[in-house]
Amino acid sequence: MKNLLSEKVVGIKPSGIRKFFDIVSEMKDAISLGVGEPDFDTAWHIRDEGIYALEKGKTFYTSNAGLKELRQEICNYINRTQEVAYDPISEVIVTVGGSEGIDLCFRAMINSGDEVIIPQPSYVSYEPCAILSGATPVIINLKPENSFKLTPEELKKAITKNTKLLVLPFPNNPTGAIMEKEDLKEIADICIENDIYVLADEIYGELTYKGKHVSIASIDGMKDRTILINGFSKAYAMTGWRLGYACGPKDIIRQMTKIHQFAIMCAPTTSQYAAIEALKNGDDDIKMMREAYNQRRRFLINAFNDMHIDCFEPFGAFYVFPCIKEFGMTSEEFATKFLTEERVAVVPGNAFGESGEGFVRISYAYSVDSLKIAMERFKNFITKLRNS
Amino acid sequence: MREELLSLIEKNSRIDTKDLAVMLGKSELDIINELQKLEDEKIICGYHTLINWEKTSLDKVTALIEVKVTPQRGQGFDRIASRIFNYPEVRDVYLISGGFDLLVTLEEKSLKEIARFVSEKLSTLDSILSTATHFILKKYKDHGTIIDEQIKDEREIITP
Ligand SMILES: Cc1ncc(COP(=O)(O)O)c(C=O)c1O
Repeated sequence: MKNLLSEKVVGIKPSGIRKFFDIVSEMKDAISLGVGEPDFDTAWHIRDEGIYALEKGKTFYTSNAGLKELRQEICNYINRTQEVAYDPISEVIVTVGGSEGIDLCFRAMINSGDEVIIPQPSYVSYEPCAILSGATPVIINLKPENSFKLTPEELKKAITKNTKLLVLPFPNNPTGAIMEKEDLKEIADICIENDIYVLADEIYGELTYKGKHVSIASIDGMKDRTILINGFSKAYAMTGWRLGYACGPKDIIRQMTKIHQFAIMCAPTTSQYAAIEALKNGDDDIKMMREAYNQRRRFLINAFNDMHIDCFEPFGAFYVFPCIKEFGMTSEEFATKFLTEERVAVVPGNAFGESGEGFVRISYAYSVDSLKIAMERFKNFITKLRNS
Repeated sequence: MREELLSLIEKNSRIDTKDLAVMLGKSELDIINELQKLEDEKIICGYHTLINWEKTSLDKVTALIEVKVTPQRGQGFDRIASRIFNYPEVRDVYLISGGFDLLVTLEEKSLKEIARFVSEKLSTLDSILSTATHFILKKYKDHGTIIDEQIKDEREIITP
């Protein structure tokens, strides 16, 4: 009998998040700290531009790589924030979220046997997408004692003659870790020395709370070997619009565009018009949201400190990643028990890779009032555990 | 921190100083001192509560009154404005550019009270040339808050 399914696909583990989702969905009155998207609505002026595009009948395909004006605005944005100049015609592609950009990058670059280095804990899609493209993933387990940064030593150890690509997932989901300029320089040197390309997922680049985010593409010699992934989901609270982009060397972007052209055609037109408005006039929205996230971040860190929970201070994205090893449970056991006893959903850290075991991800894309209630319940929960 | 503090309490003046301190990464004493300064400098002018009176049983309305006046020598509009804003029933008085001079609002009064204020008090003042009174039929948004907005978290409960 013929094999109905692709063995490669069947071989991919289902996401740990999915499993936990099914448990949480059963519970009607749970409050959730499990969401990986902003709680803000997209700013009205951006939504209005999408509506206007619809009213004007802008309902057709755009060019494969995306509206030229949008690509130009993307280049302007990167130039003003990172002082890196991309050519809007040949070095940018507009994608269906950062997600598509990640997938395209692997598919455009990988030959079977190529190794892709993936630091974890990190976003759930890198490893499966790398595998689907035929790559061999090489996992680096990031350590809390390094504030979950990627260290030069860790990277050097993971490199072999087959290493082609390094995934650089900072600011990081789920840990909230960031890489600063000095950190990046050391990584860049190693990449250049070993002829390694970098897939830099900088989707949380606008959400840092300790100086401005530095893109690895802005480090000398790195623009030519970086595929920069970014998008509108997190910075502009536009997850449902499904819009992102990739910038990189034109030979790679050309092949990514080829796949995109055949598989997707073009990113959603309405979203592209809205995104132009976001890039042109959205800086204040970002500032407002960043301030709010930062307030909540401080609130959570303070709450965990008060409870003497081991939690390093994250400076990016909108997550904290406290350690729960003292309670002698796995992340999944902890999260499940917390959910059933206190009705609060957090995501078990192992959903983001083995090295996330012993941690839980807590999102602060929630109002301070909700966080307050959740932290009271957290306190109840751990007090019971500590006393038992 | 000043601006960030102001924009926080502008939305919710009831956040306590301890939480404000944590959220802004300052000590509670810093926050208390800063609030005191802001009050002294009259940057913070009051702490009010936004009430949707329509949901109460009181049958009252809000009126916006456009007022045309002749400004007085040496004092411009200030003197006549103070004659008006000293009435306790007046909520706001603004000097306005355009077709009239002062915008006066009276909040949550009965029609009778408003009529009495306009005919007996306001229009009898010296230098008032004319008035035009508008009644608010429905408030959609007040002080930046959408009245009757249902806030519901539409997000999936767990997402990567
Ligand atoms: C680190 C990271 N990269 C990429 C994405 C994908 O985002 P999108 O496809 O909405 O742009 C996410 C979403 O959660 C993420 O957390």
